[in-house]
Amino acid sequence: MSRILGPARSRRSTRRSVLTVVAVLVALVWAFPVYWMLNSAFLDKVTLQSSTPTFLPFGGSLDNFATVFGDAGFVRALGISLAVTLVTVAAAIVIAFLGALAISRFRFRGRRSFILALLLIQMLPAEGLFIAQYKMMSSVGLLNNVLGLALLYTAAVVPFTVWMLRGFVAGVPVELEEAAMVDGLSRTKAFLRITFPLLAPGLVASGVYAFLQAWNEFTVALVVMTEEQSRTLPLWLRGFVQASATRETDWGQVMAASTVVAVPVIVFFLVVQGRMSNGLVGGAVKG
Amino acid sequence: MTSTATAPPETAPAPEPTPPARPARRHTPAWLVLPSLVLLVAALGYPVGWQVVTSFQHFGMMQQFGQPPEWVGLSNYATLVTDPELWVIVGRSIAFCIVCALSTVAIGLGLALLMGAVTRAGRLVLQVALLLAWAMPVVASMTVWTWIVNWRNGLLNWALERVGVDAQGHNWLVEPLSFLVVAAVIVVWMSVPFVALSIYAGLTQLSPEVLEAAEIDGAGGWKRLRHIILPLVAPVISIVLLLQLIWDLRVFTQIKLLQDAGGVANETHLLGTFIYQLGTGAGDFGMASAVSIVMLLLTVAISWYYVRSLMKEES
Repeated sequence: MSRILGPARSRRSTRRSVLTVVAVLVALVWAFPVYWMLNSAFLDKVTLQSSTPTFLPFGGSLDNFATVFGDAGFVRALGISLAVTLVTVAAAIVIAFLGALAISRFRFRGRRSFILALLLIQMLPAEGLFIAQYKMMSSVGLLNNVLGLALLYTAAVVPFTVWMLRGFVAGVPVELEEAAMVDGLSRTKAFLRITFPLLAPGLVASGVYAFLQAWNEFTVALVVMTEEQSRTLPLWLRGFVQASATRETDWGQVMAASTVVAVPVIVFFLVVQGRMSNGLVGGAVKG
Repeated sequence: MTSTATAPPETAPAPEPTPPARPARRHTPAWLVLPSLVLLVAALGYPVGWQVVTSFQHFGMMQQFGQPPEWVGLSNYATLVTDPELWVIVGRSIAFCIVCALSTVAIGLGLALLMGAVTRAGRLVLQVALLLAWAMPVVASMTVWTWIVNWRNGLLNWALERVGVDAQGHNWLVEPLSFLVVAAVIVVWMSVPFVALSIYAGLTQLSPEVLEAAEIDGAGGWKRLRHIILPLVAPVISIVLLLQLIWDLRVFTQIKLLQDAGGVANETHLLGTFIYQLGTGAGDFGMASAVSIVMLLLTVAISWYYVRSLMKEES
């Protein structure tokens, strides 16, 4: 028996090692742009402009980061991005939570249409709407306004957050709440003391999702934040890309700026990743 | 679509036959749904409606300065249908979308199978790399990529020089074709992680017994893939392919930023940048609205299957 299985097994383990090497190579290729951003962020202009690239940040410094944080444009864009993101996250959590509660705890007329509308809206491309949104914001005087942009962002994230939270709300058994009510708590109290704490992970995941969308968004911001004074971080970063078309760019500084924008996102993203892809393909994965 | 988005719950048909209603507070769900409804109608429903109306109007520069728009019926659409430029852009967008979506899914499937075939450590390394690429904010990715392909001292030209291609000082963004290839590479790089990790999640649901049994019965690697693995993960593959088609049709940021970085704008427009240019550049809101409507209808048509499958899961 072992003589029959032996060669096959060892052939299989050689194959496994070869494929592992391939996987590691693919990983290096895929992560390379991220590494290249980090690496260049520590290097100075002269090093980066030389004809041979520098692959390791030895002899690098934090100067580029100091320049970024000393840039008035960056500080202003950071403030605007933080404000827009905070408003979006807070508004999206509250509104989506109420919506999720309605569709997972109540059967009401129009429930199916509401869910269908949410799912369809979630697919609508910002690019097919932004001209009208620009026109609308300009007619109510909300161009270049933090709250105006946050309004558009909240509307863009609410459909998916309702959909994601619905699963969490449905996961808390109604019986728990009812048991608490039998024990003499009012419906509201039972909900606040029993159900709400169980929902915390879902609320966190929705909040992080809203954060990622609002922090990274480029298209809508480009259209409604028309003044240089009201740029969000992605728009501020775009300024560097535009400048690179016509003149020699200090790429180290651009990469440091990109790193500052990207790091919070990467951290939050790793926290919420599992939840998000479940929401998108959940049913199909479970089969 | 506007009508479903804005329909108040009372008028909508199809009462749910499923789980028994909870003891009634009849108006509670209405109050809970109200904030989402108001928000979506104000921020999305109204613009869609405005766009439908404006697409039937002449709304150009004069209207920006206060002249009332003029009703022109289907004339914007007629102009679009007879405008060769639009057909070129629609064709380019669809081709770009299909090439990107298919390559993304093919590479993603390959990487998912690879993850299933390697040691745990190898898999972990690959997953971390994919997550890093996935997590990058799109504009930050674009700054890195514009630098990598930069003609002055970008890494790409240096590497090509090293393998013997005379690429020194070559600007990849001035040729429409190489511009679109660069854009496609970036889009695929960004999209593969989601696809690979989703398909891999699907693969982990397969029972090892089935695969082992097939192997004992003499099914080779290719046969197992073709007859057992692929049919079982087909639902995941079709969903991610569909999502990729929808997302790649609306690609905007990557194209816009590459154009900003010195690319030729007129010959590289896809639907999104074309609408942007019509609206903010030429100030022709009537035409921009008509193109937007076309884009929205295309999206809804492609999404329909996906939305239906999610609805099935819901009930």
